[in-house]
Amino acid sequence: MIQLENVVKKYKTANGSLTAVNDVNLSINDGEIFGIIGYSGAGKSTMIRLLNGLEKPTSGKVTVNGQNISSIKGKELRNARHKISMIFQHFNLLWSRTVEENIAFPLEIAGISKAERQKRVLELVELVGLKGREKAYPSQLSGGQKQRVGIARALANNPEVLLCDEATSALDPETTDAILDLLVSINEKLGLTIVLITHEMHVIRKICHRVAVMEAGKVVEQGNVLEVFQSPKATVTKKFVSQVTETAGHKESISQMLDDYPNDQLIKLFFVGSKTEQPVISYLIREFGVDVNIVHGNISPTKSGPYGTLIVRIVGNDSDVSNAIQYLDEQGIKTEVIKNA
Amino acid sequence: MLNDLFPNVDWEIMWEATRETIYMTAVSTVLTFIIGLVLGILLFLTSPTQLWANKVVNLLTGSVVNIFRSIPFIILVILLIPFTNFLLGTIRGANAALPALIIGAAPFYARMVLIALREIDKGVIEAARSMGAKTWTIIYKVLIPESLPALISGITVTAVALVGYTAMAGVIGAGGLGNLAFMDGFQRSRNDVTFVATVLVLVIVFIIQFIGDFITSKTDKR
Repeated sequence: MIQLENVVKKYKTANGSLTAVNDVNLSINDGEIFGIIGYSGAGKSTMIRLLNGLEKPTSGKVTVNGQNISSIKGKELRNARHKISMIFQHFNLLWSRTVEENIAFPLEIAGISKAERQKRVLELVELVGLKGREKAYPSQLSGGQKQRVGIARALANNPEVLLCDEATSALDPETTDAILDLLVSINEKLGLTIVLITHEMHVIRKICHRVAVMEAGKVVEQGNVLEVFQSPKATVTKKFVSQVTETAGHKESISQMLDDYPNDQLIKLFFVGSKTEQPVISYLIREFGVDVNIVHGNISPTKSGPYGTLIVRIVGNDSDVSNAIQYLDEQGIKTEVIKNA
Repeated sequence: MLNDLFPNVDWEIMWEATRETIYMTAVSTVLTFIIGLVLGILLFLTSPTQLWANKVVNLLTGSVVNIFRSIPFIILVILLIPFTNFLLGTIRGANAALPALIIGAAPFYARMVLIALREIDKGVIEAARSMGAKTWTIIYKVLIPESLPALISGITVTAVALVGYTAMAGVIGAGGLGNLAFMDGFQRSRNDVTFVATVLVLVIVFIIQFIGDFITSKTDKR
């Protein structure tokens, strides 16, 4: 269990003080994958570093595994860090050490004997799928392999919490997915809590159970990933959601439609969970005598079920159209009339 | 044959002088490496945003390093005569050259250590901290191994400079090839002695450079 209570972090800069984290309250459950999303400068890097004491809050309290991270120091803090490990955007491996020596590094720090270190390294190499590359130096590895070393290194001391600092931002889309799959399997196999920060909604969608959206040091929205996708409230959240639900040219095609058919209704439908699998549109056409033209459609699978949007143009007389919309509402499908793109 | 070419060279003395030069260079290089490394690490760790960020210590260390680095070596040798005399009871011989050599070279090397350490990716230090490493562990398991090629090429350059310094120290009576070239070669106009002494200095320098380059490339896994 991770808890942040009224956490504030201010930095002194040349032109006055800068508030990186502004009065944040957050609680993260054991065993969940919790995502923090925000644009650069939103304060998420500072936030994740508060969780392992790399940054100290100006005020407020940070509790991880029952320990008050914001107040402990020295040996106590160092020991706590054995159980709160971290992976990084740029991997931060020691180039002077081989894969197995890099993985053994946190074990050396924790004072584990050489024989035990070797045994543990072998297990970890297997777990992250790097068998055969033990003697390689980081410079001989690809980005994805480097991050696997980073993950193995982070897991060495059997942590309870894994912090991921933009862990996939330097990787290509395919490698990103492979690393995310690895994180999910670790989460399920070892039951450890994962806290990740990212600026890609794709990452949140794919692996997170819950999400917090940050803007200018504040958490502007948080909740179950599916709920946030379904009804984003803050403007910044809407932008992030549109990252995964909208394709290139989306806006243009809608404004084109609005220009071409100014009298027809353009409606956006939101499907959640099993609703995405129901044939509602064909029912609509059959029962209400309206024509439906599909403009844009998308289904995004999330950790807690699929989430879909569909933009349609409904053509018919006014009462039929409003009956159709009412039917959709009754089915639990949220609708939204699009006035402008 | 050699005696015909270099009639004035006494090979016995030449060899003795070579050994003195090698001795002075070797001992001063080792001590310069240790002292320079300590000073360089101190400069690095006390600089702003680093683990031991401390303005006063940083400024003091930086000033000492800068002052001794700026004094021309030949003047430093003369300035240090009373200190050497106090320390060793003599100002003659190879050992008497060592304090000046080390005090002259260590600050120079400390700067190179600082530059080498600044090249280390900050993220790697952060990663070590996130694993719960002590500062001491970070020093000998991260800072030194991750900057080793630069530390070695730095000490190579310093060792080559030290060979030159031993020649200057020779002028005030420390012995070695510089002393021989000056006293026996220059002052008595025996150009063949100066020539042979110069060639031997060059050989020493080439050997140092070769060893340094070899170790640097062996340790660099980037």
